[in-house]
Formats: sequence, C-alpha cells, structure tokens
Amino acid sequence: MSEEPYTDEELMVAVASREIHDGDIVFVGMRLPILAYAVARSTHAPAALGLFEVGLMRDQAASAYLGTMGDPPNVAGALWATRMSNVMALMAQGHVDLGFIGGAEVDRFGNLNTSYVGPPDRPTVKLPGSGGGADIAILSRRWVTLMSHEKRRLVDRVSFVTSPGHGDGSAGWRRRHGLLGGGPSAIITTLCVFRFPEGGGEAYLESVHPGHTVDEVRAATGWEMKAAHDVPMTPSPTQAELSEIRRRSAGA
Amino acid sequence: MPMAEAIDRFVPDGSTVALGTALEALIPFGAGHELIRQGRRDLELVGPISDSLFDQLIGAGCVRRITAAWVGNVSEGLGHCYRRAAEQGVPRPIDVYDHTNFSISMALWAAAWNVPYLPTRTLLGSDILGTNPNLRVVDGLVHVSAVQPDVAIVHVQRADAAGRAHAWGPLGVTEEAGLAARRVIVTCEELVDESVTLSDPNRILFPETKVAAVVPEPGGAHPSPVQGYFKRDHAFHREYAEMSRTREGFEAWLRRWVLDVADRDGYLKLVDVEPLRIKEHRRSVPADYGYE
Repeated sequence: MSEEPYTDEELMVAVASREIHDGDIVFVGMRLPILAYAVARSTHAPAALGLFEVGLMRDQAASAYLGTMGDPPNVAGALWATRMSNVMALMAQGHVDLGFIGGAEVDRFGNLNTSYVGPPDRPTVKLPGSGGGADIAILSRRWVTLMSHEKRRLVDRVSFVTSPGHGDGSAGWRRRHGLLGGGPSAIITTLCVFRFPEGGGEAYLESVHPGHTVDEVRAATGWEMKAAHDVPMTPSPTQAELSEIRRRSAGA
Repeated sequence: MPMAEAIDRFVPDGSTVALGTALEALIPFGAGHELIRQGRRDLELVGPISDSLFDQLIGAGCVRRITAAWVGNVSEGLGHCYRRAAEQGVPRPIDVYDHTNFSISMALWAAAWNVPYLPTRTLLGSDILGTNPNLRVVDGLVHVSAVQPDVAIVHVQRADAAGRAHAWGPLGVTEEAGLAARRVIVTCEELVDESVTLSDPNRILFPETKVAAVVPEPGGAHPSPVQGYFKRDHAFHREYAEMSRTREGFEAWLRRWVLDVADRDGYLKLVDVEPLRIKEHRRSVPADYGYE
C-alpha cells in the first residue's frame, strides 16, 4: 500500500488497470483508460494488446501526449495501422476481451446513454452519439465504464440506451436479444466500484474508495442500490501504479 | 485544381458528402471551409466522427441531415452548434440519422458493393435502431442500409495529378467511403510526380477513375493531424469549443477563420503552424516490387 496522497483520477486509473488481465486484447479508448492500459502493461499485464477503433493495434502506450487516438504519437510504433472495419472484424469475432466506454449517464443495469437527454425528436441535450461505444458494448467480451459519481449521471434507468448493458436486468437479457459479448462487468466512479453479477442483472456495490462511505455513495446514486452489510474498501494505488501514472501524465 | 473550383464543380447544394473518414486525423477542414464560403445548403454529411468540422458546417447552415456515429469536439466534448441545431433548430433544423462507427462503415461498404444492405450483430439492443430508418432488425440481425455519398472529400499526405492518393496511418472508413462515393475529391499536402505514387501501388487509396479533382492544399487538414507532417492543434480545438458555446461566439469565430479569409493561404497567414510541423521523420523501408 502506498502512503502517498493521490487524486480521484489516479485511483480510478489504478482500479481500471486491474480490470485488464494479462494477454487481454483491450479496446482502449482515450484519457483515463489509456493510462490504465499503460499501468496494466507495466505491472501485471505485460502481454495485453491495445486496439483503437480508428484502425490501430499497439503493444505499448504512446510515448508522447495524445489529445485523440488518431494523434501521430499513437501511430508511430503501432503493431498494425489499418482500416476501421478490420479492427471491428476482430471484435465481431469475439476476440476483444475488454473495452472501455465513456458515457453521460449509466443506469443500474449498466445501460449507457450518450445520445439524447429528453425525447430524440426534441432533445433538451443532444449528446455527441455512440461513436464506437455501442459496438464495444454489444460485441466485446466484457466492458467497463468510468464515470464521475453524480446523481444525475448514475440514474435508475437511462431514457435512451445508446450502448446496451444488461437491458432490463432480467436473466439472459443479452443472449435473448442476440448480443454477442457478456456486457458490463464494472462501473468505476470517483467514489466506488459497482460490479455486475456473472450473467448480468443489477450492479451491486463492490467496494468504496478510501475516504468515502457507503452512505455517501447511496446519497449520490440514483437507484436503491444493493450493498452487503460489510462493504470493503477499494485498495489504494500501489507505488508502482502511481509512479507509472505520473510518468505517463507528465507532459499531458 | 484550385479548391474553389473543385467545390464549385463537384459539390452542388443538396449533395451527400463524406468527410472526416480517417476519424481524428486527415480531416479536410480546408474543403469544409470552402463549402461554407460558397454558401452550400442542404448537405447530408456522412462520416464516423468528424471532430469539429461537422459542427462548423452545421453552425454555418450548410446541413440538412447528419448520418454519423458521433458529432462533437474530440478533445473538448460536446458540439455546441450541433446541440443548437438539434435542440432549437438554430440556425436551421437538421435530421439526425444515428449510426455507430461499425455501422457507418458497413453502410458505406454496402454502397461500395452495390447491395441494398449488409447484416450485422452490432446495434442489437440499442435504441439507435428506433431513430434511424436505415437500420432494421430482420431475423435477429441488423440490416444496415447502403449509404452512397455523392462525393467523398479526403485529405492525404501526397497524391499525383491523375488522382492516385497515398495516405498512411489508420484509415478509418476512407477506402469504403471512396469506393461508395460517385466521385472523390482529394486534397493533399504534396502534389507529387506519378513516379512516386506508382512506386508503391499498394498504398494508393482509390481507383483513379473515382477521383474527380486533386487539390494541392498544404496545411489543409489543420487543426487535425497529418502523420509525418503536422501534429494536432489541441489549443485551436479548445478555442473553437469556447467560442462556439454561444451563437454569437460561433459567428465571430466563423468570420475570423472562414468568411473573412479568401482561401487556405489566407487562413494559414492567421495561424502559426510552424510549432505543429513534425520535424523528426520515421520513414518506412521501401517495398520491393521487383518482378524479374
């Protein structure tokens, strides 16, 4: 355990990195997940490969700051630079083990909304849309979302499902609807980690980050959440995790 | 061919236009700005994501429909002109045909292969199916209808005068967009002799028969990156996000960077691209096409 102070984001990155298993093919995304991928590679998952929907495969994080996955440092040193439909082919075959997806809203069953707040024909907020999010949600073997923990973001049911999680939460919902992958496995927030049961259903509180309480999480969550009587604390970032995060963040 | 002539001749009002086909890199901002200067109307924009170029065309009133997976500002978040158009009909209402990155690629491949649709498992369980009439569930698969652009506009590192274009780095949906489109406008950092392009025919993006115009336009992708030539201008994207937050701010931005400049040369006099120029080169080893 590290005694050093760390930020919410550093903890989220460390927790996200632990979702990556050695040898996984990971649809990486941007920002915090890129750091999580770098941390995993340098600690417990040296053989994890990163895929980017723009059409890239890498075996290490880029050596300079990225504003987007298409920035030149992400192309230099790539294992594969190709067309998007080629990396989507890998995902359609079930070869992508883990994806990271961002979102504006997530619900108790892990469904994500990145499209519309309010009715689609007259939205109160038009969000940017799916990008590759729905593709990852439907086709990758499992996925994780990272989110700032706010009541308006963690809602009972999203009004629009851009990227399906476990649907209505009923057993086998994904299989019945023909979705290939296993769906969301965790929601990592600024306060806690929610985990989904094997086979789908509703998120439960797995751990609370150091310095926060179950009551605080409950107050900031938009559904009646399930939690055991004795919820463990999320392990703090290790020294190795923190030093890799800081090395990678320098120059950002 | 000069940009103004290419846009005037090959992109009339009402066209379906594919742009930003390599996602965050190689976005033909120069061509997009010329569309705005010429007052193009009723365009349908097609692409996976477009960084802020779609947002600018929407704000300028050029667009009647968006067929895309994502519209915003990749490093900054929401597209403010997109929001105003979709939420308030400002400056004019737009239709939004939502896609995912995968499904927009399939829609273009379907058109490239001249079939009405291609089936896929992506989109199953997503509410996007209910907002786009070009997506239908049939026998447990999603049928993605073909989308045929009238024109695809691409920016590349180099091309010859006959339209043979070389691009490198990730290609996104560039190849299917070019094959699907009735014609292609290529804008390029460097206009090169055909001895360069033909030395590496594997790298040529499209059949030259598709290419209607080649426009030499160095810096034509700014503020998006061009591998080997320019880094992405993050600060410029941030400034656009801040300015476009209000309608008035967007209009001021548009005057300064688009309406009050004559062409890309004028634009490049207003911004210092030298710090963005890539100076350390990493050249690939040439392929050997020997045959005897």
